[in-house]
Amino acid sequence: MLATLETTARPSPATFAEGLRAAGPVVLGYLPIGFAFGVLARTTGLTVAEVGLMSLLVYAGSAQFIGTGMIGAAAAAPAIISTTLLVNLRHLLMSTALVPSLKENAAWQNSLLAYGITDETFAVNTAILQGQPASVSFIAGVHVASHSSWIVASVVGALAGQALGDTTAFGLDFALPAMFIGLLMPNMQGPDRKARVVCGIVAAAAAVGALLVRPGADWAIIAATIVAATVGVLFS
Amino acid sequence: MMTVRPAMLALFVGMALVTYLPRMLPLVVLSRFRLPPLVLKWLSFVPVSVLAALLAKELLIGKEGLALPPAHPQLLAAIPAFAVAAFTRSLMGTVLAGIAAMALLRLVL
Repeated sequence: MLATLETTARPSPATFAEGLRAAGPVVLGYLPIGFAFGVLARTTGLTVAEVGLMSLLVYAGSAQFIGTGMIGAAAAAPAIISTTLLVNLRHLLMSTALVPSLKENAAWQNSLLAYGITDETFAVNTAILQGQPASVSFIAGVHVASHSSWIVASVVGALAGQALGDTTAFGLDFALPAMFIGLLMPNMQGPDRKARVVCGIVAAAAAVGALLVRPGADWAIIAATIVAATVGVLFS
Repeated sequence: MMTVRPAMLALFVGMALVTYLPRMLPLVVLSRFRLPPLVLKWLSFVPVSVLAALLAKELLIGKEGLALPPAHPQLLAAIPAFAVAAFTRSLMGTVLAGIAAMALLRLVL
C-alpha cells in the first residue's frame, strides 16, 4: 500500500467522471456566453435548430459570434470561412502544446479529443496535467461536459431570444466585445510583452483604418491580423 | 424555427472544417514533425492581433463609419470590462461587467 502511494505520489486524474468534474469552471463560463450567443444568433435570423447545429459542428465561441455577425451583415461564405480559420488558428498552438501529454494515445483517440480543444478546456487540462501523460477518459470527460454545456446554453439562448425580442436594451450585444477583452488581456502577458502590445495597437489601427477607407470590407480583419502578426515577429 | 437551410448547413460544415484542422493537425499528424520556430513565433502573435482587430472594429466602427459615444456607448462600456479583466482575469466576470455596463449606459444616455 505504501509502495503504491509512493509510486503514484501525484496521480493524474484518470476517469471520465473526474473529467466531468474538472470541467466545472468551464461549464460555468460557457453557460452565460453560450446563452448570449444563442440570443444574438436569433437576432441575425438563424433558426433555433441552426444555432444548435452550429454549436455542435463549429464549437468555437468567438468564431461563432463573428460568423453570425457576418451572416447578419450578409457577408459571402468564403469571407466568413476564412475569418473563422484565422480566428481559430490559435488552436494550432494549443494542440502543439498538448502533444507531450497525448503522444502515447492512438491517432483515432487524439482525432476525437482534438475536436474539444478550446481556450478554456486547454487552460483546465494543462493546469491539471502539467505536461504529464493524460488519460484519454479524463480529457474526454472534460471535453464532453464543456461541449454539451455550450450546445445546451446556446439552444436555450436561442429559445429565449424569441421571447426577449430586442436584446440591445439588456446590453447583450456587448457580450462579444467583452469576450474579446477578456481573451485579449491574458494574451498581452507572457514572453515578448512589448511586441504583443505593439501587435495589438497595429492590428486595431489597421482594422479601423481599412474599415474607414472601405466600409464593410470583409477582408479588413484578416489583413490587419497578418500585418500585425508580422510586425510582432519583426519587433521581437 | 426547427428548419436548417441547406446554405447554412454548408457554411457550418466549412466553418467546422477550418476550425477542426488547426485543432487536429499538430496532435495527430505533426506530432512527428516540428513547425519551424519562425512559424511558431508568427502564430504566437495571431491571437493578440486578431482579437485586437476585432475589438477595435466592435468598439469604433458602426454601420455609418466611425461610431462614438454617446450615440454608440461601446467605447465607454469597454472601460469596466477592461478593469475587471485586468484585476480578476475572469472571462465570465468580464463578459458580465461589459453587459451590465452596456445596459446601464443605454438606460442613462
